[in-house]
Amino acid sequence: MVETPTAAEGLAILRTMWRIRLFEEAVEDLYGRGMMHGTMHLSIGEEAVPTGACLALKDGDQITSTHRGHGHCIAKGADLGRSMAELLAKDNGYCRGRGGSMHIADVATGNLGANGIVGGGLPIAAGAGLSNKLRGVDNVCLCFHGDGSVGEGAWHEALTLASMWDLPVVFVCENNQYGMSMPSKKAFKVENISDKAAGFGIPGETVDGNDVLAVREAVQRAVDRARRGEGPSFIEALTYRWRGALEVGQEPLPHQGRDPGLARPRPHRAMGRRDARHRACHP
Amino acid sequence: MTATRTMTYAEAIREAMFQAMTADPRVFLMGEDVGIYGGAFGVTNDLYEKLGTDRIRDTTISELGIMGAGVGAALTGMRPIVEIQFSDFLCQAMDQVVNQAAKLHFMVGGQASVPLVIRAPGGSGTGAAAQHSQSLEAWFAHVPGLKVVMPSDATDAASLLLAALEDPNPVLILEHKLLYKQSFEVPEVFPKALLGQGRIVREGTDLTIVATSIEVQRASEAAELLAADGISAEVIDPRTIKPLDLPLILASVSKTGRVLLVQEAVKFNGFMSEVAAGIAESPAFGDLQAPIRRLCGLDTPIPYSPQLERASVPQVADIVREATALVKEW
Repeated sequence: MVETPTAAEGLAILRTMWRIRLFEEAVEDLYGRGMMHGTMHLSIGEEAVPTGACLALKDGDQITSTHRGHGHCIAKGADLGRSMAELLAKDNGYCRGRGGSMHIADVATGNLGANGIVGGGLPIAAGAGLSNKLRGVDNVCLCFHGDGSVGEGAWHEALTLASMWDLPVVFVCENNQYGMSMPSKKAFKVENISDKAAGFGIPGETVDGNDVLAVREAVQRAVDRARRGEGPSFIEALTYRWRGALEVGQEPLPHQGRDPGLARPRPHRAMGRRDARHRACHP
Repeated sequence: MTATRTMTYAEAIREAMFQAMTADPRVFLMGEDVGIYGGAFGVTNDLYEKLGTDRIRDTTISELGIMGAGVGAALTGMRPIVEIQFSDFLCQAMDQVVNQAAKLHFMVGGQASVPLVIRAPGGSGTGAAAQHSQSLEAWFAHVPGLKVVMPSDATDAASLLLAALEDPNPVLILEHKLLYKQSFEVPEVFPKALLGQGRIVREGTDLTIVATSIEVQRASEAAELLAADGISAEVIDPRTIKPLDLPLILASVSKTGRVLLVQEAVKFNGFMSEVAAGIAESPAFGDLQAPIRRLCGLDTPIPYSPQLERASVPQVADIVREATALVKEW
């Protein structure tokens, strides 16, 4: 039974989700107008996962993020101005224009950074968890990763170490159903990716990643467990990316058209083939 | 005169780690079989009994995971030492070394750093064949953001490890597996060392021999033999190949007018190619009386057969032959 938030909580949740959505739309707009360069991976449609997950965190907790990481940063509390400045390659950006979209970090507040390498953040999250344990603090590291990273050796090695050492890490797998063009249903012969958690002897759970309260509840349970010193958990959040990753020839997906609660009357661009704008936002 | 004592290269590393961990609670070690097994080469030995299994931390066989855990711990206030059992296995951990550890400080605009020390044995001579005997230093020195250290004796192995632990950025220490059991005279207190400072191992006037790791020892032995033949060789150990103490090398080359560059790694694209280029680009080039000469490992995987293994990397006799030719022919 998902706990109903108070009106104030609900407002805060909605505000975070809208901040992510509007930030991403602004990026898309600036990119489309040629005012932003590089590579941008938008998380439009996935806002509920970082928003719900980060609600379970407290000061000193860490996150590791992915190449599709703007939402994680914002949900963890990143300043929108410094984030946008980074994407615009400005010296007052989070990384002084050295990192860009795939490397935004705010290490002082526990955002250990986005990552340009699929799976790159997983062992780092295990290390942050180990550090928390060795330093004797009750902080937890939330490791956002995509379904695409589940095929990486880094995924298996990080889960192996985290489970062996009972590290305070919560692995949040954003299953947006495609690793670039590879359907996760085709890639992994399990009903749910979370079934793989059993192989590490840790709790695994699949939640509706477009239901922000369901995400919050599952992650809170896992974070509490980690804080008690009982070790890592794995949460698969089913979601869908609306922009910037659909590749040639994909069939429409069951999740297409669903929205984590931010739908508004705006004509949806035809998707299914790369167009110039789309291609610009994803290699 | 300072008092000295005798200890092996492995014992010096162990003592330095113990010293660092006793002084700084942030320092810990993790790696494969470093606990009760004592390390594949016995470097950690009984450290886990003294420091506990939290700080001498046995891992699964997961080089990429261990390296990433080192990166994450270093980012969040710890000073991890990651031991990779053979430097060849760094290939399994490359993403975390090259794409993460080396770049993070720069990528995040300097707001964080990764004070990670990686220790890994390299080199041939143990019959471990092609996947356990490589000298891969040039790969790592090629990556901006990594420092690469190659200690050639026990004192340097300890002092450079302590210096690496004080560095705010990742440092890879490539130890040599043939040196682990060798005994050396070491001072009572390990002297302070600087990363990027080379050492004149032996002074000479006829030629300069620059050598790394085990080849420093072979070059020193060769220099003894050369002296008996009336050739005075100066032997230089850069100690850290990145940052590189090029001024030390250039000054020696200007003095002697001849230079022989000796490494165990294969010649093509090797570290000594960088040293050769550094000399060629400098005014010291004008002081050369002979072409720069390199003596390196053959361009082949390290073979299993002991005769072939020896033949594939520079030995003392090879250094004597090349140095003699360099002096007598020019």
